[in-house]
Order: sequence, then structure tokens, then C-alpha cells
Amino acid sequence: MSERAAAISGIGQSDVGRRLYRHPLDLTIDAALAAIEDAGLTRADIDGLATYPGNMDTPPGFSGVGIVELQDALRLNLDWYNGGLENPGQLGSVITACAAVASGYANHVLCFRTVWEASAQGDQGRASVTMGSGRGSGFRAGGFMQWSLPFGAPSAANWIAMCAQRHFHEYGTTREQLAQIALNARKNAALNPKAIYRDPMTMDDYLNVRMITTPFCLYDCDVPADGSTAFVISRADAAADFKHAPVHVEAIGSAIHGRPSWDQWDDLTTMALRDAAAMLWTRTDLTPADVDVAELYDGFSFITLAWLEALGFCKKGEGGPFIEGGQRIGRDGEIPVNTHGGHLSEAYIIGMTHIRESVEQLRGLAVNQVEGAEIALVTGGPAGLPVSGTLLRR
Amino acid sequence: MADAKPFRLLPRVDDTNEFFWTGGKDGELRFLRCRSCGYYVHPPSPICPIDLSKDLAPEAVSGQATVHTFTVNHQPWIPGYDPPYVIAIVEIAEQPDVRLMTNIVGCSPDDVYVGMPVEVSFDHHDDVWLPLFKPRAGGS
Repeated sequence: MSERAAAISGIGQSDVGRRLYRHPLDLTIDAALAAIEDAGLTRADIDGLATYPGNMDTPPGFSGVGIVELQDALRLNLDWYNGGLENPGQLGSVITACAAVASGYANHVLCFRTVWEASAQGDQGRASVTMGSGRGSGFRAGGFMQWSLPFGAPSAANWIAMCAQRHFHEYGTTREQLAQIALNARKNAALNPKAIYRDPMTMDDYLNVRMITTPFCLYDCDVPADGSTAFVISRADAAADFKHAPVHVEAIGSAIHGRPSWDQWDDLTTMALRDAAAMLWTRTDLTPADVDVAELYDGFSFITLAWLEALGFCKKGEGGPFIEGGQRIGRDGEIPVNTHGGHLSEAYIIGMTHIRESVEQLRGLAVNQVEGAEIALVTGGPAGLPVSGTLLRR
Repeated sequence: MADAKPFRLLPRVDDTNEFFWTGGKDGELRFLRCRSCGYYVHPPSPICPIDLSKDLAPEAVSGQATVHTFTVNHQPWIPGYDPPYVIAIVEIAEQPDVRLMTNIVGCSPDDVYVGMPVEVSFDHHDDVWLPLFKPRAGGS
């Protein structure tokens, strides 16, 4: 059995926005019940539960809900469950759920992710992923943080900016090229009524907005949001029971072969995407040319460029010229990317909205529908480095 | 005027990393090194990942390094860390796959580039000597 024993039967999403000031469990329940209903199931059918990153207190709003809270709220009777940070990143729940379904541990696994960073961080400045404490707190950094926090590098923005800078150095990539990830996302979001950021963005806007950490400006970075996305991964052979045609899982990629470290990773220009992408293509006869739409993680713009290279849409190092001008990744381009507006403009519901959009594309119901889309590629982002991708087909 | 040292968040010093964080007291940048095969192991670990020897001991290196990549940080993430400042990943001269995240000091952020030769410059706070890096004397 492989991941092809699994299919996405239902998707659901809560209200999404900046500072909703709603309890994250409340948002999660809305998304979960919507996904179960969308699958044509009831909560009694749900026998598996999976989430990344599990319940965490810091950074504020990064995760509000773990397995235990949702199971208890909905009184689910579970045969299998898995939640936590140390799995293949944001698509970790999908990949473990596919394994559980393929192994017969569960028939219908509800996967979810809730963020409430906007409300949790309130009107203060953006919290870093590591939340260093201030002067006089007695705080001391341990683990990986001891190697970054003392040097004022608490944020993934800093670490990924250094990956981008190395790419700029080795391959001559420019800010004007990188800008196309942000501009493309905004163009697509402008047509998406559910997107948070829909105002037009020009190259001048991009080049003149304030820098965060070179070469990243404000528009290269996601913005905190609140919301929950859920979906049901079911046994593909139960498709007759679904309300919608199933979206099949064709292949997954979860590999990480290099050192699992932000600074010791051998080739910063590829990030850890290299191995996950390579594994994905070993598990299918399909090739990049078969992909109709690609929803590629864009917590930071550079990650999308790195995924395009790692997945083979262009050669290593040629991501800059590939996206230059934006036509190739546009809705009518060679490979439409982040058709919903991505994390940069639609909403930063970390890693999960890309799956929702892929399913809507393959159902033919997306707001920016790619005509006849049959194959979708969805990827997650670095989350303590590990990443993964999933290839879906109609 | 008396200039208070800029605030720094500090690492938690324990038996596994004390040689690293206090090396600057003696002006030395130190890494664990495998006595069997000579490989520098960083971050500290009980075992050499090359030959699986557990015979490791701290050893001083030259303190010379090269900027592998960098970013000029403009975002005020942490109170007391006043932007702009340069965060870099440097690779040490003895073994380029040993990298340190650090700050480049002693020059304008505009003067930092990938491939820049740098050398260690310790910044002492409490029981910790943070290894920062400055342009290498005589470097081009």
C-alpha cells in the first residue's frame, strides 16, 4: 500500500482574517465540522486525527489547538492520532494521515491547523518564532537558539533571508525577480473575495516599502492572521460515500538527507526542499510538465522560488530568470502558482490554505480556476527545516 | 562618556558548551575536534559523525573565517538590539562546513559581502564571550 490508498474527501475553513479575537478552538471547530460535512460524513465516522505542530504556547498564536482539545470538544472516538512539531513540516499531518489510512489504522482522518497570530500578538510588533525575552529577565538561550539569539537573529525571516542572499550571490538573482512572487500573489488575491490583502501592488510599491532583513522587504514576508483549515483524508476505496469526487494523493515527499539545521545545512540556496522534492518524483510516473497548478509555500517569497527549482520547474539557480516578469507563474502561464493569493496576500494560515486551494482547483471550483486542472502540487514550508510536498490528482 | 554595553541575550552555559562560550577569555575560538580523524564537530556532540569516535576534545582554531552569507537586519525584533545590524553565517578557515551565525562588526553594513575574509572578535558579557567577527586585518 502507498499514499495512493488515500484521498482528500472534504475540506473546511473557518472565518479568516486579521485579529478576529475568537478563541482558536472555536475557529478549529468551525473548520472541522465544515470539512466533515463537505466530505459527506458525520463526526462518528472520524476515527483519526492529525495536526502539525500540536499545541504550543510560544510563539503566541502559532498554534492554539492540539489533538486533545479538539478530540474532547467533539467527543471523537479515535483509533489513531498524531500531533506534534517533529514531523515533515506543515504537511506532516497529511503525510502521517496517508500512512495511517494506507495501513488500515484509520478510515477517515481529520487533519487541521489553526493559527491566531494576529490576535495573540495584538498591537505589538511582530513576534519572532523564538520570542527572546528582554533585559533583566534572566532568560538564557538553549538548543539551536543559543547559536542565533545572542546575535539578534531570532526570526525565520533572518535565516531565510540569508538563504536568499546566498542565492543572489551564487546565481545573480535580483530583488526585481524575487518581487514577482509577491506581485503574483497579490494579483491572484485581488480576485479572491476571501483574501485579506487585495489592493494592487506595483513593482515600485515593492521596491520602496521598508526593508525587514535584506534582501527581504515587508512584502516578502507573511503577515499574522487568524483562522483554521481542516480536511479529511479517507480511504480512497470509500469514495462512493463522499459528497464530492475524491482528490487522490498521488505522491508525497518528506525526505531530509542533509544536516537538520538552519545554519549548517550544506546548500542554503536549496534549503531542505531539495530532498523532499526529489523523493516526491521518485514516487510517481508524473513529471513537472504534468502539473497544472502549483500551490507552493510562501511564508517568505524566496521559499517559493526555491521550491520551483527543487521541483524541477526550472533548473537549479535559474529560478530568478524563470519568474522574471511574472508571466510563467501567472494564471495563464506555464505553471500557475499560488492561485489563491498564497500566504503573502490571501492569508497566513500556515501551510494549510495551499491544500484547500489545491482541492478547490481539482474540483473545478476555485475562485481563480485553472481550466481543466487535473494535477496539483502543494508544498509546505520550512518548520524547523523539515518540509514536505504532496502531489494531488483529480 | 561611560557607554553601557549594548544588551545581549546570552546562551545557557553548561558542561557541553562551556569551552565554546568561554574560549574568548583566553582569546581562543574553540571547537570540539575528533582526536581520531581530526574532524571538527559543531554544535558540540558526544560523537564524531565521520568515524563515530567518542574521543573528542576542545581545540583552538585560528579565528579566521569567511562570510558564507549575511543579512542586514532592519526589524527591531528584540528590545536593546538596535537595527540596522549585520547577521552573518561564517565558515571557519580550518573546516568550511563548520559555520557560525554571528554579527559582523567593525565596518559599515554596506561593506559586508559574501566571501569577505573576517576574524573573530570577542564580546564579553557576564560568563560568556560571544564570538563576533570583524574584517580581517590585511584581508582584501
